[in-house]
Amino acid sequence: MLAADGTPLKASLGRALRRQKIRALALIAPLLLFVLLTFVVPIVSMLFRSVENQIVSGTLPGTVVALESWDAGSGGIPSEDVFQNLFFDMFNAAEAKEHTKLGTRLNYENTGLASMFRTSGRSMDDVGEVFQDAIEDVDDQFEDGAFWFAMMNGAGGEDLLRERLERWVDLTGDDMRGDVGFVPSAEIVELLPTTAAAYTDFAIWTAIEDEDVVAEEDPWEAVYAALVVDLENPATGTAIAAYEGEGAEALQAIAAAEMPKADFTAAFADLDEDWANTDVWKTIEVYSSAYTTGYFLNSVDRELTPDGVELRPDNERLYIKLFGRTMWMSMIITLSCIILGYPVAWLLANLPMKSANVLMILVLLPFWTSLLVRTSAWKVLLQQQGVINELLVWLGFVDDANRLILMNNSTGTIIAMTHILLPFMILPLYSVMKTINPTYLRAAKSLGATNITAFRRVYFPQSVPGIGAGSILVFILAIGYYITPEIVGGTDGVFISNRIAYHISRSLNWGLAAALGTILLVLVLALYWVYDQIVGIDNVKLG
Amino acid sequence: MKLTKTLLATTALGLSAASVMADGHMSSDMTLVSWGGAYQASQSAAYSDPYVAMNEGVTVTWDESSAEAVAKLRAMNEAGSITWDVVDVVAADALRLCDEGLALEIDADEQLAPAPDGTSAEDDFGDLLVGDCFIPQIVYSTTFGYRTDLVPDGVDAPDNICDVFDLETYPGMRALEKRPINNVEWALLCDGVAKEDVYDVLSTEEGQEQALAKLDTIRDSVIWWSAGADTPQLLADGEVFMGSTYNGRLFAAIEEQDQPIGMMWDAQVFDLDGWIIPAGLSEEREARALDFVYFATDTQRLADQAKYISYGPARMSSAPLVGQHATLGIDMAPHMPTDPNNAANTFLYNYEFWADYRDDIDAKFQAWLAQ
Repeated sequence: MLAADGTPLKASLGRALRRQKIRALALIAPLLLFVLLTFVVPIVSMLFRSVENQIVSGTLPGTVVALESWDAGSGGIPSEDVFQNLFFDMFNAAEAKEHTKLGTRLNYENTGLASMFRTSGRSMDDVGEVFQDAIEDVDDQFEDGAFWFAMMNGAGGEDLLRERLERWVDLTGDDMRGDVGFVPSAEIVELLPTTAAAYTDFAIWTAIEDEDVVAEEDPWEAVYAALVVDLENPATGTAIAAYEGEGAEALQAIAAAEMPKADFTAAFADLDEDWANTDVWKTIEVYSSAYTTGYFLNSVDRELTPDGVELRPDNERLYIKLFGRTMWMSMIITLSCIILGYPVAWLLANLPMKSANVLMILVLLPFWTSLLVRTSAWKVLLQQQGVINELLVWLGFVDDANRLILMNNSTGTIIAMTHILLPFMILPLYSVMKTINPTYLRAAKSLGATNITAFRRVYFPQSVPGIGAGSILVFILAIGYYITPEIVGGTDGVFISNRIAYHISRSLNWGLAAALGTILLVLVLALYWVYDQIVGIDNVKLG
Repeated sequence: MKLTKTLLATTALGLSAASVMADGHMSSDMTLVSWGGAYQASQSAAYSDPYVAMNEGVTVTWDESSAEAVAKLRAMNEAGSITWDVVDVVAADALRLCDEGLALEIDADEQLAPAPDGTSAEDDFGDLLVGDCFIPQIVYSTTFGYRTDLVPDGVDAPDNICDVFDLETYPGMRALEKRPINNVEWALLCDGVAKEDVYDVLSTEEGQEQALAKLDTIRDSVIWWSAGADTPQLLADGEVFMGSTYNGRLFAAIEEQDQPIGMMWDAQVFDLDGWIIPAGLSEEREARALDFVYFATDTQRLADQAKYISYGPARMSSAPLVGQHATLGIDMAPHMPTDPNNAANTFLYNYEFWADYRDDIDAKFQAWLAQ
């Protein structure tokens, strides 16, 4: 069959439909993009933090690699090789001021690491200065930045330069673009690998971050330390004797002289005795991978140890209890909203228009009042010297010495939140009840049903979709509530969201906050699914 | 280096020179972040109003976000757009911001004003320069206030920190902050631990349990607060007999609102509040922020702030200049936490300790609260 223009009808129809679809898509595109950019992307990137852990391998790249050969079960501390890597990693990190971030991160897992990293980072210069002084005592040419540059610069070391650049990118998160103006010479890379690496690090930072000319700046203490490390290798001594490049004589003089021993294990243990503590190294090793389950385990009261996952000690378990309490109290709040909201909605739906409107305004009025104001009002009502207690004492129902404790506990949270969330129950209930035809009830009664039977078998089943919609709204809102429990909840009326807020704004443990948030989100979705299975989401009506 | 030279030049030429140079390479807008309320008003009156008067064309915007400053600065830093120029934070937060690389490092001697007698800024602030980024403004203290009319008959008013834990002599509710800091120290002090040993004891598991066990003896009589305004309100309402809060809040309740509240200065915990400048500002904005901070933390300015609120100036050289309250006309010196009569027994908040142990002890404290 052909269309008017001679093309097959099927193709013509398909094209017309496609055009319509594209037009529809174009119409919703602004909203779609807006939602994607402002809602989905931030949430996903925030949730992603719950597993992200590049900071350890980014800040201590060499140490993490060297640590792989360490056996955590041996009970000893890692080898000198690890500490040597730690020194050069920490030196760079301290220059970039990244070491304290790592300290903060690891302090979540092992108390005391924050100050250990902070103070150690500050002393990295001193550790290296010993070697600098010794080298400069032998030959003062080494005090001169230009001398160093002439010795180290050349061609052929592009691979090393690229490798060190990548490390800086990982460490700082900057893209480190720009001309370094230095390429390590292949000969030096071969002869003095550690020194070449340390000098390249120095050159990159000097050229790109400080925006100085490498040849005019004196190298970092770490470069001198690296030279001593290289010279301790016996093979280097013989190679230097045969070396004829730039600075050969000076290098040979250093190689022949007595140098302080490079003992970084002792140097670190001197800075902080905890560097010689096996537990510290176990923590670093456990958290050295780029992604971690640690935050999620923390949020279910477990912890990651070298021996696997373990339950936290009794006095640190908190989150499972809070999740349970959040769920349980949200259910109670939803239930009390149904009990209180149902009759009100019924009244709204069945009163004459004029009085129903007045009642509707009464329902909506608190809805338009600030949440904080309503919660604070409840404080005035509920406290022990508050309006309700005063009234009860005055009426003689309550003894003055035994006033009711209505807030700073779970009772306060339930009362205040039920009130605040009530409109979310009443409105969907009302809109559903409005559509229930009153003739059904009359028909039931005329057929002999009592009031109760008519309500139970005819009216109530028709209002269930409203209950469903109201319950979902109230429950999901309640589960994420945070201000009201914070103000009236005391200690046993606070929710998991209060802890999430604490970790976002106070402890800055965003990884843990993200993990707690993800679990909460998954719980809500799971409950939604269960609800769909039992009640059926098609049965929910918002109007 | 250019900046340092500018500042050195400013120092040499005196403050009037600053306004001459203002147009060239300093931005003319500045956003200051503080805590709102009476405290921010005192800063505005003592620091920013005179600064704006001296520097024509500079506009100052206040943002009341100090309570969430650390989280917000981190978020701004990640988004790559920092909208704040000078931020008021407590010293512990300054230390954290510095650790996170979110605050500018300050060289007190070069970037802050010397005292009028020539003492360098570093010596004038002394130990109060906590960390590398913090510019101290005030010394405040967390201490207890109690209802004078609710003291039981025939008993002296509470004057010892351990009266907080003595429910028999002083029945009634207490208001304590809903975090371990200060509470665990007080608990240990009243459980027989000597003042100088408190942090050593607290760094052990047993010590932390000991502190929580002591708090456990009054836990049913405690209302836990999280905002500084809670305790004065709870005291005014008669909800609690005694409660901890910042001394300036209690001063306002007692002197400005005439509430029947008494101060119990014993074992008050000194803490510091001050400025930081966010890291990563443009050169012009950074120059403006440094110029403002140089002015706002000089000896006279810090003394001026004490006219409006009862917090002690952080400079030693400011103390003799503290005068009378701007509207009440009462001498402010006796209301300062640093006044010798009030500071007979004080406790200094240990920043390094809490930077390390905050998360650990807080987890245990919250688990204890949830029991």
